[in-house]
Amino acid sequence: MKRALTFLAFVAVIGILWESLVALGAWREVLLPRPSSILRYLAHAFLDGSLAEAAIVTARRLFMGYAIGIATGLPLGLLTSRFAIARDSIGVVALGLQTLPSVCWVPIALLWFGQTEAAMLFVVVMGTTWSILLATEAGVRSLPPVYLRAARTMGSKGLHTMFRVLLPAALPAIVSGLKQGWAFAWRSLMAAEIFVTILTGFGLGHLLHYGRELHAMDQVLGVMAMIVAVGLLAEQALFGPLERWLRVRWGLLG
Amino acid sequence: MTEVSQELAPVSPSKLTVRGVSKSFPGRSGTVLALDEVDLEVSEGEFVCILGASGCGKSTLLSLVAGLDAADKGEILTDGRPVVGPGRDRMVMFQDAALFPWRTAMGNVLFGLELKPNLDRAARREVATYYLGLVGLSRFAGASIHELSGGMRQRVALARALAPNPSVLLMDEPFAALDAMTREKLYGDLQEIWRKRRKTIVFVTHNVREACVLADRVVLMTPHPGRMRSSFDIELPRPRDINAENIAALARRISKKLEAMGGEGST
Repeated sequence: MKRALTFLAFVAVIGILWESLVALGAWREVLLPRPSSILRYLAHAFLDGSLAEAAIVTARRLFMGYAIGIATGLPLGLLTSRFAIARDSIGVVALGLQTLPSVCWVPIALLWFGQTEAAMLFVVVMGTTWSILLATEAGVRSLPPVYLRAARTMGSKGLHTMFRVLLPAALPAIVSGLKQGWAFAWRSLMAAEIFVTILTGFGLGHLLHYGRELHAMDQVLGVMAMIVAVGLLAEQALFGPLERWLRVRWGLLG
Repeated sequence: MTEVSQELAPVSPSKLTVRGVSKSFPGRSGTVLALDEVDLEVSEGEFVCILGASGCGKSTLLSLVAGLDAADKGEILTDGRPVVGPGRDRMVMFQDAALFPWRTAMGNVLFGLELKPNLDRAARREVATYYLGLVGLSRFAGASIHELSGGMRQRVALARALAPNPSVLLMDEPFAALDAMTREKLYGDLQEIWRKRRKTIVFVTHNVREACVLADRVVLMTPHPGRMRSSFDIELPRPRDINAENIAALARRISKKLEAMGGEGST
């Protein structure tokens, strides 16, 4: 609570300082509008529903891409952690592709899929899958071997070992991988929305892009603030409970 | 469907035979011979402690008997049948408990039972409850592993190892990381549990007194390469007290012998 108050006070001080500097004519408002006009834009966009609509479109794309990223990254990570042949093939490819900034997928996505939802999804999935794959692999491979030995003495093998021992044992590492994957998905989607002009849905990235086109600086900054807010909120809502549960059960956060 | 009473009925302990077993590992400077032509005979229901300094191959021997690793040479038999892999007839208790932190104490004990055919959910819980009670942890069935003390964790590990009702129990320095007071309590409890649920036990340790308190027979091992040396029969009455005069005297004798052989053990 005290930390939240400290932060709010900080924001207030910066806001007042900023507002008064603009009022004193320190710089031109076309380049950096005052906080009050950004707030006015946000209030307006809230009331006419354009902001909520864009946020929903963006969230839908994000969850879909993220879900596909998990659905491919997680099993592939389990595979590469267990089998040398998968590690030396898919694992190496993942390692390479993970270093590729996700915005670099935009040109190929546009050429393959055109200006469609599929192109957008493709960029998000490419941005997410590899980091989840690598986190899962690292998580499983760093497990103490004694878990596996203990499980074997009790008669566990094959798929039972994978789903009842490896997966839960690696869960703390996998959750931090999922969190990283989430961050990548979010960044990828914003890149995709800014670069892929599309008619089937107007996301936050598009709102930001058109703010620039129209030179509406209050919109640009307002949408940026909104993107930060959505990112923070989703991360809290998604990973907050999961991490709390891990803390209670494991007694730590891996 | 197996009845719970049938599941809990004592199984006859097995006879364990290790004959001419050698095992080497690749090391930094060539292969290291961890075990060299080791022989060991453990009779039904006997409590044998293998005593030796770290690196003498005693844990390696236990892994081989457990079927977790394969010997390079020689054979290992339980009741005359060769060991080819892990089996529920030989359960292992590891030094660092090796409990699964994603399961409760009860969940850990249930793990081995879930893999046992012919037991329904209710029966498994009943069996697990019995073993948690046997190690004195009835009240902690729902506890997370990290909430338990080191001694309690080893109790859960013991319950987990006993639950599938093995005929051989292999214990790899299970009390080495515990404080002296906790350990002494566990010596008493382990002797009591062993009296109730007769098992053939092979217990690996570097602690001479611990071996003297627990074992029917103490076998000395020396490292580089790991070899079985002499063995001592311990015919002191049970339950034994680690602070008793006769245990201390015996421990001194065994320590001397160990030193004379070039090994070291802590008393």
